[in-house]
Amino acid sequence: MNANPVISCIDLRKHYPDVKAVDGIDLDVLPGECFGLLGPNGAGKTTTIEILEGINQPTSGEVRILGMNWRDHELELRERIGVSLQETQLAEKLTVYETLRLFRSFYANGPHPDDLLRSLSLDEKRNARVVNLSGGQKQRLAVACALVGEPDVLFLDEPTTGLDPQSRLQLWDVVQGYRKRGGTVLLTTHYMEEAERLCDRIAIIDHGKRIALGTPQQLIAKLDAPHIIEFVSMPALEESAFATLSGFHGATLRGDRWQLRVDSLAHSVPQLLSIVETRGAKLETLSTHAATLEDLFVALTGRELRDV
Amino acid sequence: MSERLPERRDRPTYHQLVEMTIVRLKEFGREPDVAFWVFAFPLLLTLALGFAFREKPPDRIPIGVAQGPHAQQRLAALRKSPSLQPRIYEEQEGREELRRGKISLLVSADARPVYRLDPTRPEARTARVEVDNALQVSAGRRDVFQAPVQHVSEQGSRYIDFLVPGLLGMNLMSTGMWSIAFSVVNSRLRKLLKRFIATPMRKRHYLFSQFLSRLVFLIAEVTIVAVFGWLVFDVTVRGSMLAFAVTCLIGGASFAGIGVLLASRVRTIEAISGLMNVVMMPMWICSGVFFSYERFPDAVKPLIRALPLTALNDALRAVMNDGYGLTHVAPQLAILLAWAVVTSVIGLKIFRWQ
Repeated sequence: MNANPVISCIDLRKHYPDVKAVDGIDLDVLPGECFGLLGPNGAGKTTTIEILEGINQPTSGEVRILGMNWRDHELELRERIGVSLQETQLAEKLTVYETLRLFRSFYANGPHPDDLLRSLSLDEKRNARVVNLSGGQKQRLAVACALVGEPDVLFLDEPTTGLDPQSRLQLWDVVQGYRKRGGTVLLTTHYMEEAERLCDRIAIIDHGKRIALGTPQQLIAKLDAPHIIEFVSMPALEESAFATLSGFHGATLRGDRWQLRVDSLAHSVPQLLSIVETRGAKLETLSTHAATLEDLFVALTGRELRDV
Repeated sequence: MSERLPERRDRPTYHQLVEMTIVRLKEFGREPDVAFWVFAFPLLLTLALGFAFREKPPDRIPIGVAQGPHAQQRLAALRKSPSLQPRIYEEQEGREELRRGKISLLVSADARPVYRLDPTRPEARTARVEVDNALQVSAGRRDVFQAPVQHVSEQGSRYIDFLVPGLLGMNLMSTGMWSIAFSVVNSRLRKLLKRFIATPMRKRHYLFSQFLSRLVFLIAEVTIVAVFGWLVFDVTVRGSMLAFAVTCLIGGASFAGIGVLLASRVRTIEAISGLMNVVMMPMWICSGVFFSYERFPDAVKPLIRALPLTALNDALRAVMNDGYGLTHVAPQLAILLAWAVVTSVIGLKIFRWQ
């Protein structure tokens, strides 16, 4: 294993007449790593990953995959990467096996379609038509089509969007299995659990820019506050009311709900209750949780991941 | 879910062109409407038109005989002619019928008959010859000699002989263009083309596979219509089978190319349907499917002949009806080949994969 990045891009930009979809993104994905692009819809994740996959051209910036560039080594790169796009609908009238065999025929090397179907628990559906598959089965077939050329790098664009929890777990297993065989993964998602569970490192993307980068633990540590208090009071409090809280790192108002980032629940919760009481307000709801990537995103942007 | 390496069998080697062609054939064969439009519809059309325009003996010409002393005798004489249908009228009534065109000739009541007729009507001349002959013979004229008559109905000169090649050509056009254009636009719509170009698939193989799968269906399609025409209407290929096959093949290729070109940029089914109709309509009208295009003004004939369907129909008729070989239809084949090459090269060049 060498330390040269498998995927790298420098100052990547994609400007459309009306929008800067990608606005200066730098990334380095190391061998064997699972790297996540996390961000809300419309953040520029898909444009970024499609430029890296060589099916969209950047306005400017440099892309290197496995040490090669798309202009000079397209065919070689295509043999060595596997791709699952966000919106591909595979041919409905073909069976699972026929679809996989078709994709297998595009690559010089790769496993037997039947072996791949077994390792993705799709062998029971071997002769089912694509139109009759469930959402999770379709998505696993899409990933199978990405794995059928035995790629060194796997690109997955929103691999579990719209799937039920069970199907999502199955798909995560497929990705983990591929990584255990030494593969490198770049995926996009707007599910923070997915990013936390699957990814070694994450770049948070918003408005075409990388606004944070690191391991899930590093990113959460950036909040400087391991705990989150959420509450609603009548009437709502002013932000200045929290100045006297000890270990207080910041607050974000979402509708009528405050999110406070604090060091210690044991200290802050009683203090908060007395602040609410002295202001003559009444507490409607109160909850606490350990900080997540979602909270980091809220702290950085004032919006939630699932906002459009 | 296995986390081990999958157990290895022999690593397969597939050829992408072969696999894509097979997949395309399977997909096409699994469309339930296909069998009807590609195979049953042209047969039904051939059958309906073949019977509507089947050969029948010429109608008898209606003749009026004016009421009078000689009327019965003249009626009997005219009835002996196989091509006349005489009837007795009152003189005045007969003139009315003649004026209205119900009868072609009125024989007057005079002792030496007068033939009343309208010389601008095409059947009047035949009527005069036939009536005069029948009456003369009945009055005692002796023919100097009897010439036997041979009736001729040559294969290759009937309407059905004209029709079957035209239907073959039209069928090659519509199934060729529809099947390719729909498949391409549908795959683009479903982002399948975009998925394909994210693999090492060779782009030209995608289009070749469309051509190849089309070829397989073309062979089935042409065979069925041709055999049907032969069994039911005795329409045969009088020229060489090789010339017939080559003509169908090159004709099929030209429409496949046009289908690729039309579908090369379009993103919706509605748009491709409209585009297809715009392109096919002039050929349905002008290319001589049902009726000869000879009646169009001479000025536009070179244009009409440059249309692929005209070239295909002309070549098919030359081979099937007139028994010509490849060299005679070379100009038409050159036109078709030009269409095939130019449209598919441009189509591939401007093709939108996303």
